[in-house]
Amino acid sequence: MGKLFTISPSPHVHSGDSVNKIMYGVILALLPAFIWSVMMFGLDSVRVTLIAVAACVAFELLIQKFILKVKPQIADGSAALTGVLLAFNVPASVPSWMLIVGALVSIGIAKMPFGGLGNNPFNPALVGRVFMLISFPVNMTSWPVAGSFGVDAVTAATPLALLKEGIKSGQPVVEILKGLPANMDLFLGNMGGSLGEISALALLLGGVFMLIRKIITWHIPVSVMVSAAIFSGIFWLIDPTKFADPIFHLVTGGLMLGAFFMATDMVTSPMNPKAQIIFGAGIGILTILIRFWGAYPEGVSFAILIMNALVPLLNRYVKPKRFGEVKIQSTKG
Amino acid sequence: MLKTFKIGGVHPAENKLSASKAIEVLALPKTVFIPVGQHIGAPAEAIVKKGDKLMVGQLIAKSSGFVSANIHSSVSGTVKKVETGPDTSGYPKMGIYIDVEDDIWDEQIDRSADLKSEINLDSAAILAKIQNAGIVGLGGATFPTHVKLMPPKGMKAEVLLINGVECEPYLTSDHRMMLEHGEELIVGVKLLMLALNVDKATIGIENNKPDAIAKMSGLAARHKNISVIPLKVKYPQGGEKQLIKAVTGREVPSGALPISVGAVVTNIATTFAVYEAVQKNKPLFERVVTVTGKTVKNPSNFKVRIGTTVSELIEAAGGLPENCGKIINGGPMMGKAFANTEIPVSKGTSGILIMPEKEAKRSETMPCIRCSRCVSVCPMGLEPFLLMTLSERQVWEQLETEKVMDCIECGSCSYTCPANRPLLDFIRLGKVKVGALIRSRKP
Ligand code: SF4
Ligand code: SF4
Repeated sequence: MGKLFTISPSPHVHSGDSVNKIMYGVILALLPAFIWSVMMFGLDSVRVTLIAVAACVAFELLIQKFILKVKPQIADGSAALTGVLLAFNVPASVPSWMLIVGALVSIGIAKMPFGGLGNNPFNPALVGRVFMLISFPVNMTSWPVAGSFGVDAVTAATPLALLKEGIKSGQPVVEILKGLPANMDLFLGNMGGSLGEISALALLLGGVFMLIRKIITWHIPVSVMVSAAIFSGIFWLIDPTKFADPIFHLVTGGLMLGAFFMATDMVTSPMNPKAQIIFGAGIGILTILIRFWGAYPEGVSFAILIMNALVPLLNRYVKPKRFGEVKIQSTKG
Repeated sequence: MLKTFKIGGVHPAENKLSASKAIEVLALPKTVFIPVGQHIGAPAEAIVKKGDKLMVGQLIAKSSGFVSANIHSSVSGTVKKVETGPDTSGYPKMGIYIDVEDDIWDEQIDRSADLKSEINLDSAAILAKIQNAGIVGLGGATFPTHVKLMPPKGMKAEVLLINGVECEPYLTSDHRMMLEHGEELIVGVKLLMLALNVDKATIGIENNKPDAIAKMSGLAARHKNISVIPLKVKYPQGGEKQLIKAVTGREVPSGALPISVGAVVTNIATTFAVYEAVQKNKPLFERVVTVTGKTVKNPSNFKVRIGTTVSELIEAAGGLPENCGKIINGGPMMGKAFANTEIPVSKGTSGILIMPEKEAKRSETMPCIRCSRCVSVCPMGLEPFLLMTLSERQVWEQLETEKVMDCIECGSCSYTCPANRPLLDFIRLGKVKVGALIRSRKP
């Protein structure tokens, strides 16, 4: 008979794509925004990012090793990515121990109990972030002033927070906006905010990189941004004294970070283009709704988490276009 | 914009290593083993016995029904035994062992290389010759060609499509056939048009074979109802439904046959076999096989007698590479792996692909990260991740409503999955179960 060869069913070749490549690809895409944050907030950015990553990876390792007693899978990069995203969604001045609590919630509550990678319904980094926001509201809403290296005491509000306060105190929007940096500066990232969210430009660069590398498709980021722009644009056109312009909404807060990096999380987003567009549009609209009428000045995290909850429903009722989904012509047969 | 099908598709590395190698005639083997079941449908019945003397082209097993095909001797010599032997399926199958002596052909067969383009037969006579010659789909599906050419009552063929796509990586036999036997192929197309009684034929060729497109377009230009359409390179364009969609824009409904939109598809090698059968009285007993692989010394296209052992083809291409880990009958996307090389070439063997050990093993499976890549590449618009889950959980009814039976087993989903999930393995299992379920419902 001679030598026996491997028998396995087709296909016998593979694209070479892998979970690790995707996870590390996303982390690479976050590099421009990270560099920008170091330029703005100095070594605090490095501290926050390293601690978040280390804590997420450590918690995943410990849980897999001692509680679930399975082979640790931390090399897949998903825990590290959750760490980076958690860091990007908090102020650079946040104390390390709070960050570790956030990481524990992300990995220990939002991810592993559901079955680990691929099974969590909610974006783990966002669950961790929202938990921190509710538990430590003061630290989570004091923002170091961009460019004020190492000067701990100096804090500034985000443009969205200033806008909300201004409106509350009855100032016309046009006046408030005059006191804020111009849209171009906001786009480049000259503003207060969470560590990784401030530069729309840097995030856009990363987003384009992911699109080119086919890590993500355009459906979610584009539908988030377009729907947010249209929805805020309608109100702005109706009454520009009460509502800020759509460009302002696109370049402030966590919208860019959310659109490209949080909403596109594969595990917690829908499984076909049609459903993804509905999902993205929901996030865009909910974000603006919260910014206009919610208790918090920013609403991206909540919007994404709400839409995460609807993903199973979307997957169930919005199906991809099937081939041959046509009626058999009655003239034949 | 080049035409192509609309939903899904992938583009694996083409690796057409043997594209520039002219077809070589392989030396006659010393013995052959010719299985009697080389096609979809009922196996043929052997009509020879031990000791019988045979000529090349002599009928040795008779078709045993409408969906079945005749088998002819590929060599001259003596029947050694009629017994089970190895075949491509991996299971022992009934077949005929022949000791080769000389190379004496049935004298009905016209062995000259002259082109015979004049056609003086009617549809019924052409069909009869195709059926007698034992022609089956040579792209690998091995469905008896005469069955395809006789549409069921009430259905009418409107257009003939010739599949010159050869979308499987590595394989080049159809490509070479178009370059070297274009004239014969055009006659074959005309014969098929006559047999089907259609007045239009289109040859679809992927854009990675510009020389074949040029050659066939030049030849087709002389016939106003034969056209050549270059197609964008995309796998699985050679799938019948995908090719029909790409060329005609028509979409075969779920669960229906191509004839329901008036289309009949045959591939290049089959069309050539039709030419030889009708014009040269030559039954189907040899075919062109690509022997290839990155570690193969001499990737080649061989003209081989059916029943020749695969190891002889590999020898002729420079021998079995030391690190060989897997041998595939066909291309890397849809081909079947052989356990060893002592297996005969049959009508459905379009290629022998040798893969080194390190490419033979699959990578470790990870959890599904719900990236939806499998959904976006599925040419049938299915959700492979869901089909796999449902198949694992054995919920066959839901699997049926999620259209598992539409799966054409192209492998694009497994090819793409970054988590290396064995999607198609589970989908195949699901198809078997759901198929049985559907049959059990029929009274
Ligand atoms: S093998 Fe089936 S399910 Fe997978 S991509 Fe091809 S048609 Fe779709
Ligand atoms: S390609 Fe693989 S990992 Fe991605 S959704 Fe499909 S099965 Fe899951």
